[in-house]
Amino acid sequence: MKVCVVGCGAVGSLFAANLATLDGVEVWAYDLAQAHVEAINRDGLRLTGAGEVLGRPHATSDAAELPPCDFGIVATKAMHTDAAIAATAHAFAGGCVATVQNGIGNEEVLARHVERVIRGTTFPAGKITAPGVVQWDVQGDTTLGPFEEQPAPMSEIERLADACTRGGMPTKAVSDARGPQWRKVIFNAATNPLGGLTGLTHGRVCERPDLRRLASRLVDEGKAVAAAQGIELDADPEELIDYAARPEVAYGHKASMLQDIEARRQTEVDYLNGGIAEFGRRLNVPTPTHESIWALVKGVEASWEQ
Amino acid sequence: MAEMKRVCVAGAGVIGSLFAGHLSRVAEVSALVRRDEHARALEEHGLRVSGRADFTGRVTAATSPDELPEPDLVIVACKSLDLDSVAGRLAGHWPNATLMTVQNGIGADEVIARYGDWRLLVSVTFMSGTRHEDTHVEYVLDTATWIGPARGTTPADAQAVADLIVASGLKAEAFDDLRPAQWSKLIFNATVNTVAALTGLRHDPHFAALAEPSDLGHLVRALMDEGKAVAAAAGVTLGEDPWEMNVLATQRGSAHYPSMLEDVDARRPTEIDMITGSLVREAHRVGVPVPLHETMERLIKAKEESYK
Repeated sequence: MKVCVVGCGAVGSLFAANLATLDGVEVWAYDLAQAHVEAINRDGLRLTGAGEVLGRPHATSDAAELPPCDFGIVATKAMHTDAAIAATAHAFAGGCVATVQNGIGNEEVLARHVERVIRGTTFPAGKITAPGVVQWDVQGDTTLGPFEEQPAPMSEIERLADACTRGGMPTKAVSDARGPQWRKVIFNAATNPLGGLTGLTHGRVCERPDLRRLASRLVDEGKAVAAAQGIELDADPEELIDYAARPEVAYGHKASMLQDIEARRQTEVDYLNGGIAEFGRRLNVPTPTHESIWALVKGVEASWEQ
Repeated sequence: MAEMKRVCVAGAGVIGSLFAGHLSRVAEVSALVRRDEHARALEEHGLRVSGRADFTGRVTAATSPDELPEPDLVIVACKSLDLDSVAGRLAGHWPNATLMTVQNGIGADEVIARYGDWRLLVSVTFMSGTRHEDTHVEYVLDTATWIGPARGTTPADAQAVADLIVASGLKAEAFDDLRPAQWSKLIFNATVNTVAALTGLRHDPHFAALAEPSDLGHLVRALMDEGKAVAAAAGVTLGEDPWEMNVLATQRGSAHYPSMLEDVDARRPTEIDMITGSLVREAHRVGVPVPLHETMERLIKAKEESYK
């Protein structure tokens, strides 16, 4: 089996390193960060923290080097999906491509470039601490299922899920993967921008009753949009919010959007609050709070050019 | 109202300094300030006005009303956050004076009223400037100050103060009822200040952009629509339309630096309670939902907390 991880940041690296430990799986990692690619090819890809792993995937920044692959696992930031899959699509002409990215709308972008698409959601998290070295912060499950409009065959989804699970990334293949995806996007859209706009960590956001209620307002709008599509959430995002606020979980965690804003990097808001607002608009479900938050975060991004 | 020969400006920030400097050309002006060195500097060097005007005015200054001559008119020009402390210092002094508020939001006159029986005028000001030093203020935007009667005063009193301000070289206009103008400015301010403070954007064309679904103009308009619904329920007919004020202001070319953004950039407490807070309180009183203004209020308060 040949697998190419497209976008070998923290989450992509977790997949690439774990899968590369398996016999019979050839793993490629496509990433534009030259230093990371060179370190992986020289020293291997090392995970520390929640698991100690040394994998030896083939890394490259040159999409032309990629062989034909059975599977792609796309793990770029959501705004880079289009460019990344446009460059690598040739490797998946006979294969299936899964997204494990944040937000909604990534499957639609992949489907413009490749034929068979897998809807995916992953909860593990980490950060790159040095080229070739990733700190694995949070373990967690991954769910894969067919993208309804251009589905990959269920047998292939099961084959990929099985490989991930054997490699140390517990993964389920399901016929409807929208529930976990919407739970995660609602969680992210209800918490990430509140940290991003106020500068508070997740725990401090949740400690303020007025902000916690604002998060619930965002959750409720998101749930209404999910329900209008017949999606059953696999768990309540509210529980995830309170769980994450615990001191031993993510009280002091700065949301990725806050990290992006502090570093003046483009955020994923278009795929979080923007995604929910767009689905709401199509389904005639009002999402005034998501729309407001979306506009504010886009305004923050615009202020960097002022 | 008696003839106004003596004016005291309580609080000499940008707006207070602009009033004090200009009025010193037509009246005897004193300044009530918080810091001793500020008072000494004003006494020693006077108050220089640059920009749209260029002169140095003479003002007496002190940190206590006891040390100042009794004025006919007091312009209370402090930040709204300092209203209680300034009114508290004035309590028991100058019972014959008329006090005029210039704070953002609504309700400043009600705060002052709790500290004494003075006659009161209310005003909103659209002029702006930059304070370079304790003794130097630059006059930037020469837009008007609007004045209206409040407790114990008449439209004629408002007119008399407007005439004095005009004679000093600033722009002013008197209204029989200031509420329409006050509310237009409140809705405008509650929207523009909070959006600027949360995004970091100065008041520029982003605020009127409507082309894309995520453009800020939609949020700005929705916030203003909430404010208009509150004004309507409170029985106030608005003066200028806040959205038109927004569009005009963003077409001016030089983007204004809203004071709440200035406060956030300097990690200072903002005037959120007086601006958005007064709108939200009024909305609750008249039973109009304002979920978006509440959202902005919560986010700004949380941002203030993040300084800690």
